[in-house]
Amino acid sequence: MNRNTTKNVQKSIPKIDGQGLVLGRPAFTEDLAPQDALVVRLVRSPHAHARIRSIDTSAAEQVPGIACILTWKDVKRIAYTRAGQGHPEPSPHDKFILDEYVRYVGDEVAIVAGRDLACVNKAMGLIKVDYEILPAVLDFETAADNPAVIHPEPDIHEMFPIGFEPKRNIAAAYKMEVGPVAEVLANSDVVVEGTWYTQAQNHMAMEVHTAFTYLDLHGRLNVVSSTQNPFHTRRLLGQALALPLKQIRVQKPRIGGGFGAKQTIHVEPYAALVTLATGKPAKIALTRKEVFEATFTRHQMRIQVRLGADTEGKLRAIDMQVLSNTGAYGEHALTVFMVGGSKTLPLYNKVQAVAYGGQVVYTNQVSAGAFRGYGAVQGNFALESAMDELAHRLGMDPIALRRKNMIGEGETSEVFRIMGEGSEGVPMTIESCKLEYCIARGKELIRWDTEPLVRQVGPNRIRAKGMAIAMQGSGIPLIDMGSATLELQDDGFFKLHMGATDLGTGSDTILAQIAAEELEVPVEDIVVYASDTDHTPYDVGAYASSTTYVSGNAVVQAAQRMKGALREAVAEKYHLKAEEVQYRQGQFYDEQGKLITSLKQFSFDTLYHNGAQMKTITATGSYSGEKSPPPYMAGFAEIEVDTETGKIDVIEYVAVVDCGTPINPNLARIQVEGGLLQGIGMALCEDVQYSEGGHLLTNSLLHYKVPGREDVGRLTVEFAESFEPSGPFGAKSVAEIGIDTPPAAIANALRNATGVRIYELPLTPPRVLRALRAAGT
Amino acid sequence: MKITCTINKEQKVLELQAGEMLAEVLRRYGYTEVKVGCDTGSCGLCTVLVDGKPVLSCSYLAHRAEGRTITTIKGKEKEAAEFAAFLTAEGADQCGFCSPGFALTVLAMKEELAHPNEADIRHYLAGNLCRCTGYEGQMRAIHKYLEARHE
Repeated sequence: MNRNTTKNVQKSIPKIDGQGLVLGRPAFTEDLAPQDALVVRLVRSPHAHARIRSIDTSAAEQVPGIACILTWKDVKRIAYTRAGQGHPEPSPHDKFILDEYVRYVGDEVAIVAGRDLACVNKAMGLIKVDYEILPAVLDFETAADNPAVIHPEPDIHEMFPIGFEPKRNIAAAYKMEVGPVAEVLANSDVVVEGTWYTQAQNHMAMEVHTAFTYLDLHGRLNVVSSTQNPFHTRRLLGQALALPLKQIRVQKPRIGGGFGAKQTIHVEPYAALVTLATGKPAKIALTRKEVFEATFTRHQMRIQVRLGADTEGKLRAIDMQVLSNTGAYGEHALTVFMVGGSKTLPLYNKVQAVAYGGQVVYTNQVSAGAFRGYGAVQGNFALESAMDELAHRLGMDPIALRRKNMIGEGETSEVFRIMGEGSEGVPMTIESCKLEYCIARGKELIRWDTEPLVRQVGPNRIRAKGMAIAMQGSGIPLIDMGSATLELQDDGFFKLHMGATDLGTGSDTILAQIAAEELEVPVEDIVVYASDTDHTPYDVGAYASSTTYVSGNAVVQAAQRMKGALREAVAEKYHLKAEEVQYRQGQFYDEQGKLITSLKQFSFDTLYHNGAQMKTITATGSYSGEKSPPPYMAGFAEIEVDTETGKIDVIEYVAVVDCGTPINPNLARIQVEGGLLQGIGMALCEDVQYSEGGHLLTNSLLHYKVPGREDVGRLTVEFAESFEPSGPFGAKSVAEIGIDTPPAAIANALRNATGVRIYELPLTPPRVLRALRAAGT
Repeated sequence: MKITCTINKEQKVLELQAGEMLAEVLRRYGYTEVKVGCDTGSCGLCTVLVDGKPVLSCSYLAHRAEGRTITTIKGKEKEAAEFAAFLTAEGADQCGFCSPGFALTVLAMKEELAHPNEADIRHYLAGNLCRCTGYEGQMRAIHKYLEARHE
């Protein structure tokens, strides 16, 4: 295809749903819930670890309006996982909808449903629970082999070997080594080592987790949910409720942000149980406090890094050993851990030896799950901080050090083959990598060479720059599949039905752009319907930076097949061979270039006028990547640190990104800008803190700080000119890459500013001040 | 308890339960364009205009609306659509969940501040959180919208 003549891609058209959303049209799950739906709320554990001796619901049941109260005794005991992942899930089946044991403050104890919130709240207050309090594990570094065992129950299991040893509080474990790491390190001229810590982080999607359920005319369970993965949700729900999947329909309306938070089933089983028990519609919307206390966070990690290099700055060995905290349940335990290595280590593919390993442990804390970056942001903080330390030791420019060692086009890394998500990876040669350009352009934009890297700008204020590079992926190869179906409609437009899940990113829009481009029609002629398990073809959903690349390739394939089907159908009507019919921009021509018919005319003919030859013309495309081409990025932070208060201000953040050819440059840019700010939040202010008893202290926006619009200076985002041959119209995915670099780039800037390396996030003023004082700065 | 107020130019009688906040009541009466994001008055999603001034309806006792004029984004649909065109042209609507409250605050700012600079705008809108965009796209849209209005 000629990429200079595109009409619908590389175009910043507005999102097709944008106007309606801004004007507040009913679009989100709660907007659409039936007025008479029972209100469902959950009684949650006030203890970090306890056994329920007894629950007395008798007084609560007497509250007028209460329709149903369920406890663990009323619910079938089935171990399942809430993680929206491929099948079989790489997450252990270690969760019960309700259980006799509670394993963190916030764990579900009882389901209460009634006609309104007031009666439900009243009933919740009347439920008496007698707890036997058990010893809790609240420090992930002492979790493994702790005498307090969080999952002693015998009926939990892994779906395939992931290193699951619940009796040792270990949810997953892994190790790999290519080349003799210890030996190469021992023979390296310079060895840098350090232990980095990253904190839990809350997604803070603006819409809380919400679902409503009802039985349709056929008695089937309908679930409308703010989910990132309707098909996984159907499968997991069927498993958890012991319902055949044909009895369940899942629909996703618009979602108010996901970032991984909704790649899971936190609320759906509870509403579904109420509907199944009462026959009535039921609605559950978490409170913001519940989102903090009882959904998922980013995995807290401890990452030990050792780098070995020669005196010229040639990297010879990398060793990364990781301890990850999965909290009370093991969703995404192994896979997030894997990505900590698989999407960082290949950046430096010229080493002689590389090792990665460690454990993912259970604690009695809020469970961790999927969160944009998915381990890569944690790994990147450690590895890219260590790279800067190496540069300091060598007296080298940190950019020169990276350029000497980083991956380039036409190259590969053993890590691609060895490390997958829960199983082996897929070998891959990099066909698009513009890291060189990203770095060179970023240097210009941040004035790396034209201004001093460090300068005093006030009595206690130092301004400094720092940088980091990153990679991510484009879907999970050979595991995740997306599909799309096109159907020609009378008047010559197309329905595009797809399982892909737009969680606010604009993927419905860019997939329509891709279809329009391939079909050579205006994008207005593509009518999108997505994310409904009854009416759209399968798609894994929106996670792992998959939609542009995986679902986008499925759309390209569907459109190519549609053009073939159209040519065949026109040929049949006009007694030609299919290869004698040419299609261009909504018109059909014969071999002499003479017009045969138009798409519009033919669309009526095939549905109304063709007698026995009348037919609906459809085409389906399915795509599962044989590889996962990484987007790349260079990130540059300019910060100002106040040495009297320890406060860091980000003056400017520059990101130059290679995501192949962006389908919609505006939407790609916003993805990166949004990712950057979440990464800056993780670097500077977003912290999860617990009381000694395991109560979450940061359980509201008053206590958990996400960056506001006055908190950060300028974000500058540019794209490298790049073309990924395996991607739709040259595109790679772009959803996650933006979040990866800020923690390391900001910590590196702080090191440049003050000489002090801080190994633990977030870089809050008290932590920075302590470090400066300890160093005597 | 009942109150009488004007919502989007229509006179309404609303039945309240004790202690109910305006956001809950508006949503209960079908004004689902009013979103709720935090319950602590921290995010700006639930912004409505009360007598023309932006108010966080999740933290505004509904009974205080007695006799007042309430405007949601739907009551400003024409102006909001004009701003929405600028916002969506930047791709900065994203998930759209914060957009109605945000857009309404932008419209209020336009009434209140004659020629706001970058810092004025950021300050006026500091209470409107967005987790998708990083704010830059919203700021580009606001600048272009205000410029177009002054031309």
